[in-house]
Amino acid sequence: MSAKIKHYPGEALETKDIKEGKVPTEKFRPKAKFAWSTGVAMSRFLDELKNGKIIATTCNKCRRIMVPPRIYCEKCYEPTDGWTYIKDTGVINTFSVSFLAADATRLKEPIIVAIVNLHGASEGMGIIHRIEEVSDWKKVKIGMKVKAIWKPPKERTGAITDIKYFKPLEEE
Amino acid sequence: MLSEVKSEMLGKKRVAIVGAGVTLFRRNLKETGKELSYEASRMALDAAGLELRNIRSVVMGSAPDAFDGVHMKGEYLADGAGAYHKPYTRVFVGGGTGVFAPLAGWWHVASGQFDTCLVVCEEKMSSCYPHPQFAFTTIFDPILERPLGMNLIWIFALEMNRYMHKHNLKKEQIALVSVKNKRNALDNPIAQLGAKITVEDVLNSEIMAWPVQRLDVSPTSDGAAAVLLASEDVAKEITDNPVWIDGVGWCIDSTYWTNRDLYYPDYVEYAARMAYKMAGIKNPPKEIDVAEPYDPFDYKELHHMEGLLLCKKGEAPKLTAEGVTQRDGDLPTCPSGGLLGCGNPIAAAGLMKVCELFWQLRGEAGKRQVPNDPRTGVAQAWGDLMQYGSVIVLRR
Repeated sequence: MSAKIKHYPGEALETKDIKEGKVPTEKFRPKAKFAWSTGVAMSRFLDELKNGKIIATTCNKCRRIMVPPRIYCEKCYEPTDGWTYIKDTGVINTFSVSFLAADATRLKEPIIVAIVNLHGASEGMGIIHRIEEVSDWKKVKIGMKVKAIWKPPKERTGAITDIKYFKPLEEE
Repeated sequence: MLSEVKSEMLGKKRVAIVGAGVTLFRRNLKETGKELSYEASRMALDAAGLELRNIRSVVMGSAPDAFDGVHMKGEYLADGAGAYHKPYTRVFVGGGTGVFAPLAGWWHVASGQFDTCLVVCEEKMSSCYPHPQFAFTTIFDPILERPLGMNLIWIFALEMNRYMHKHNLKKEQIALVSVKNKRNALDNPIAQLGAKITVEDVLNSEIMAWPVQRLDVSPTSDGAAAVLLASEDVAKEITDNPVWIDGVGWCIDSTYWTNRDLYYPDYVEYAARMAYKMAGIKNPPKEIDVAEPYDPFDYKELHHMEGLLLCKKGEAPKLTAEGVTQRDGDLPTCPSGGLLGCGNPIAAAGLMKVCELFWQLRGEAGKRQVPNDPRTGVAQAWGDLMQYGSVIVLRR
């Protein structure tokens, strides 16, 4: 790079040759499993999802209603002051239409993901979730109102997936 | 009283870069991470005419352990990084690591504790298969986000869409960055993806996660880079052309990334302000001659130009369209070819930008040399969950 450098080290390999075993590799697959304790704030949040409700915490100092809920306000750095229910409707803050699964394999039918700013929480407080019941992904817009579609009560497990997805409230 | 004490202590010793090295950036390299670290470090030592015995401390930068499947990667890489029997630190702030590592090296020397420091960054993304993307899924919140089957590209797509929405931008305007950087990379011997492409090529490339298409994105790569730092007195013994680290800044935003307006990276601005203040820069667009903002995606270059205060919010696409950011423009941006053109071995990619400024400011960048006789440059990297900014200001 520097004009003085004549040689840059590195020997490129073809992905194909690696796959076909033409270059030596050593393989390993980790078997570690994890079970996370869901914590003080999120345990309550997940319990409320089981009831079909979304709960937030409040900070009296900065006057924010925060979702996801937390036991401390990261700005004021003090304990939050209380719990309050917010609505299961909101506005699309931003969205993406993904043709990629988590492992980068391609999806035939895209999934729509969005940050949904929930009504009742402070301005700009969003969560990420899926958007469904859209006839054409090109019709999804930032600013669109959406509503949570819940799993039937018996199927809920106290997980973010107790909300199946959000669907647009307006006429497309 | 407290602030007086603080400012007195700041920048106790002036620190220079006296040597730099980079390996090839490729999708798969035969060399191990240790070997790549050695190769880049050896180049930097040779450039400065030094041996390992002259090095008092070593800083290693490398991104998630999950890529290599080697836990505690710092220790694993130590010998390759030249750390044998030396004070050694591994730093990691996600994608921000490549510019953060020389900042960590800076405080080693600026503090007066060491008169030299070798900074080396390495990444091998090829070890994780079928695709390193899957290793990225482990960065997300295990309770709220992972059950949704997150993909890393999503967060870029969400940010890009918000940025486009807020400033009413078209994809055509953003694609110009990819066209420019891939073309710049044609002049870079380490580059993985130098190419002559058009805006139409970008717009017609595969949709990955709208609005992100294949040619909006940098590839996954293997590679390493290194720089050699020295205190002022030592630097002047080593070279007649030291490049000074005159400003350093770094900042993290909240991990509640869905609670922020992603259209603008406040944390990059805070890091930039810190670095500019130290460097005495009052008017960044006027005083910066060459910039290497972090460009893992084309819109990120624009996003970061704005965060670096190189233009007003929403103005970077206009400057790009006007040719201001071309190599021969008023503000040459990513003359190296950036991550979009050179490849993205994460930590190494960030440090490559610092190497590029080192060569640009010394007038040694060959075909890539910007013609405006640059005196001052800024490099920046970005990472963690869209929340980390690291900024370095260099001067000759």
